Amino acid sequence: MGVTFNFGEFAASRTICGDTLQAMGERNDKIYVMTADLMRTCSVKGCKKAFPERFINVGIAEQNMFGMAAGLALEGNIPYVTTMATFASMRACEQLRTDICYQNLPVRVVATNAGLTSTGGSTHNAMEDMGVLRSMANLTIIVPGDPNIAKDILLATENHPGPVYIRLARGKGEPVVYQPGEVDYKVGKAIETKAGKDATIIACGVMVSQAVDAANILEKEGISVRVLDMHTIKPIDEEAITKAAEETGIILTLEDHYTIGGLGSAVAEVIADNNLNCKFKRMGIPQLFPGFGDGPELYDKYGFGLEGTVETMRNMLK
Amino acid sequence: MADKQVVRELKDKAYQMRVNLMTLCGTFEGSVHIGGDLSMTDVMIAWYHYGLNVNPEDIQMPTRDRFVLSKGHGAVGMYIAMALRGFFDFDEILKTYGKLNSAYGMHPCKVNLPGVETSSGSLGHGLPIACGMAYSAKVKKQSHRVVALLGDGESQEGSNWEAMLAAHQYKLGNLVAVVDRNRLQLDDFTEEMMSMEPYADKWKAFGWNVVEVDGHDMEQLVDAIDNLPPTSSDVPTVMICNTIKGKGVSFMENNPDWHAGSVSPEDMKRAIDEITEAYNKERGEM
Ligand SMILES: Cc1ncc(C[n+]2csc(CCOP(=O)(O)OP(=O)(O)O)c2C)c(N)n1
Repeated sequence: MGVTFNFGEFAASRTICGDTLQAMGERNDKIYVMTADLMRTCSVKGCKKAFPERFINVGIAEQNMFGMAAGLALEGNIPYVTTMATFASMRACEQLRTDICYQNLPVRVVATNAGLTSTGGSTHNAMEDMGVLRSMANLTIIVPGDPNIAKDILLATENHPGPVYIRLARGKGEPVVYQPGEVDYKVGKAIETKAGKDATIIACGVMVSQAVDAANILEKEGISVRVLDMHTIKPIDEEAITKAAEETGIILTLEDHYTIGGLGSAVAEVIADNNLNCKFKRMGIPQLFPGFGDGPELYDKYGFGLEGTVETMRNMLK
Repeated sequence: MADKQVVRELKDKAYQMRVNLMTLCGTFEGSVHIGGDLSMTDVMIAWYHYGLNVNPEDIQMPTRDRFVLSKGHGAVGMYIAMALRGFFDFDEILKTYGKLNSAYGMHPCKVNLPGVETSSGSLGHGLPIACGMAYSAKVKKQSHRVVALLGDGESQEGSNWEAMLAAHQYKLGNLVAVVDRNRLQLDDFTEEMMSMEPYADKWKAFGWNVVEVDGHDMEQLVDAIDNLPPTSSDVPTVMICNTIKGKGVSFMENNPDWHAGSVSPEDMKRAIDEITEAYNKERGEM
């Protein structure tokens, strides 16, 4: 509270989420906060103190946690399930799909360590979570492009009738993109982070700030690149994509996820389904297990770091 | 009865492993799963330097025993125990651990690091994999053993209990589950969070042969390994090793804050001094 962040600084989305969930749980007694031995990692210790009865740490048992969340929701509660994105999307996948999405229950999944941000290697990197989850009916999928926006997302979805998946990065130090109060957050409505007319980068999560950096570099070369923060992957903002295709003619997608199944695929579907005429390319994790290293090192290694982004955009403009 | 000279040598290795662990923990900038590495140290040494029939010169030797690190976050513990056995070079581990392009990551990757039997890191996967290996050995009439090391918190995952049923059903007497029963998991003490007692009785009820030992007593570990049923037997064995998370470092022992972390150079020295003092004291008394 009262802290001002600026572009280029970092903030911890897990702390922001933990604090927000605690405040929400204190005023809304339908809210439960759950975790599977990742209370520390997901920064939800405060909830345990504030409302111990509605805080459930099930031990290392993600499937049971998602099943219990379904049961709690069937009884009129709003459970917030916290774990790493890899376990949320794959270990408890069927519980999420069949127990939660099938019954359109108001369960919220707050998933950390998405993409290559975990440093733990491929067991801990969730590179396919959006691909797995995007095909699940009823599920809303949101990826904050700025750690502070995570708070807006939690508040904006509090009374959403169906399930929501919120995809966080490591949660310990994500780049800040917006000034406090700068954006009026709406689920399903892309944010035009930077205006531009020659081309568009559509990004999500930690890649939004990289897209802005790339656009700033290109601006010095006289190229005007629009940056869209596509925080809601599903339902996706078709209107913003259509406008970008029509007005700029070039779309590059950028995400910390496999290029199959995530943001890039979602945008490609909109382009194909609507016969949009534009140059198009997806950037993200190629089809391999990337090995060890931290996020930025691996983005560079696999060509979708800042330099790769700028270079790809230059080539698309040729 | 365990051979005194053998036990003495194993204790030397365990001492060296703890020093190496603390050296890495004090050198690497990021966090190391040091609590569980220290609790599994004696168990790892007992297996890799005594119990397992493995050959660092021939890592694919068909008759080798298979070791599965189910608690994959204990990777450093496995790397160092294996390095001391001649599989890897500790200096290389120290230099490259967790870094870009390293073979030695936070969780073991078989593709990057030959010698490791299977990749792991997501909890609750190791015992089913070990069951598959043990089943195959039976069908092929091979006489090696399959050993899987589990965390006690890890054993909360339902997949373990499915594997426990299967191991009994398929009479996998060539399978040994080893549990690092340090009574702590990531957030808290196991019994506070998701109680598992009576733990040994649960394994018994699933039809397993249960052996309980002090996981820091090398003699007991060696005796337990010596007295395992033959691999041709019909009953899988679980070795529940009662251990202390952070064993050997006073500020880490039994402390829920030390699941993972890094230490300053001063604390690294303090820890190594403590470990060395305890070791010298024991040697003097031996
Ligand atoms: C499926 C899964 N859920 C959660 C985690 C995160 N995690 C890593 S270690 C750990 C605690 C493990 O406790 P335990 O098995 O008792 O190991 P030890 O205390 O020996 O380190 C957790 C929850 C994980 N790696 N895999």
